Amino acid sequence: MPVVRLRAPLSELAGGKRELELDGATVAEVLKALEREHPDVRGWILDEHGAIREHINVFVNREYGQEDTSVSPADQLHVIPAISGG
Amino acid sequence: MTQLLVGTKKGLFVLEGDAGGPFAITSRAFAGEPVEFATRDGRNGRYLACVTSAFYGPKIFYTDDLSAEWQQAAGLELPEDAEKPLERLWTIVPAEDDDHLFAGGAPGVLFESHDAGASWELNKAFWEQPTRPDWSPGAGGMCMHSIATWPGDPKRIALAISAVGVWLTEDGGQSWRHGNKGLYPRYMPEEAREDTIDLCVHNMHRAPTQPERLFIQFHGGVYRSDDAGETWTSIADGLPSDFGFPMVIDPGDPDSAYVIPLVADLDRTTPEGKVRVYETRDAGASWTARGDGLPSEDAYLTILRQAFCGEGSGPSLELYFGATSGDVFGSGDAGKSWFTAAANLPPVHSVRAA
Repeated sequence: MPVVRLRAPLSELAGGKRELELDGATVAEVLKALEREHPDVRGWILDEHGAIREHINVFVNREYGQEDTSVSPADQLHVIPAISGG
Repeated sequence: MTQLLVGTKKGLFVLEGDAGGPFAITSRAFAGEPVEFATRDGRNGRYLACVTSAFYGPKIFYTDDLSAEWQQAAGLELPEDAEKPLERLWTIVPAEDDDHLFAGGAPGVLFESHDAGASWELNKAFWEQPTRPDWSPGAGGMCMHSIATWPGDPKRIALAISAVGVWLTEDGGQSWRHGNKGLYPRYMPEEAREDTIDLCVHNMHRAPTQPERLFIQFHGGVYRSDDAGETWTSIADGLPSDFGFPMVIDPGDPDSAYVIPLVADLDRTTPEGKVRVYETRDAGASWTARGDGLPSEDAYLTILRQAFCGEGSGPSLELYFGATSGDVFGSGDAGKSWFTAAANLPPVHSVRAA
């Protein structure tokens, strides 16, 4: 299964786990699986419409991923806040 | 002792002290995150905070004990037919019935909680306003920042939105209508001013002892209504500028209001480098500058719409406001004299006495 890597505060919302194996064939499916397994994450990475929040980057291995980016069982997803803000 | 909840660009600061002297920072929460607003529900002591992370979106958190962990509230979502997700949460106001709260946010949305803030539901009647596709945001987004309840009557509520004017309900929020007559938007072409709903209210308050009276700080204008928001009369004569954001009233005096004028919409700083609060005690017929103890030279501050509050009433009314400079000022004598409560905080978004 794909592996999702999280940093704080998301890892804290996921029961303290920084690395989770989750099922799914796309980025959105994997992140929805994360929300099902850890409901406290709901609304933090994906907004209420299922879109990745504007200032969150999801990398599939080394590449930027979108909601519909395909994911294979060997892939790693990194969820990282964008370099933005003030 | 007074406790202040100061929402800043970089977290919530809790200050404690006595009016007249500096306050101490006793705790901080949400470090690094923008806290748009924080308040304490006086009915049950619960603290509530609107936090809009640039990364993780808008949330409301609550706690009954500042030394304990804050809990995230549920249900703050927009329906699937919304073009965009919820953008920001601007205010939380206790309703007239127990454990009932309102929260206002962007884009022009009203949420209600019936469990003291733990979970929230969108007010569908307001969401489904047929004119909503024509609504325009102000510079800070389409923010619902003011929710004026009616003491003793939970069915009568007035809302204000930048820039969609005043809205009124007499059935507890099942139906809504405009309350804009008399508001005069100078920022619109003259021929469009009469019928527009692009009305940029910056702040609105109801006088609790005379609830048909409301006051508004407008985007260029200060107004009073004596008929529960149906019509509005300008009361800006006597102010150095009719532009500003926050407003406070003395809850014991329906003829009172306090504003902090800024130069104009293109120069949102205190006029002439002097920080002055202006007070009326005759319902806006005249205004008195109150600045004893406030910076009076080379002080070009910006005070945002939720960054001014009062506590108590009468001659010992306490007033507090914070600026984007990170300074917080206070008065323990209804504005006659002022002191610096705190300095060097991050830019201040909101100030409320707990």
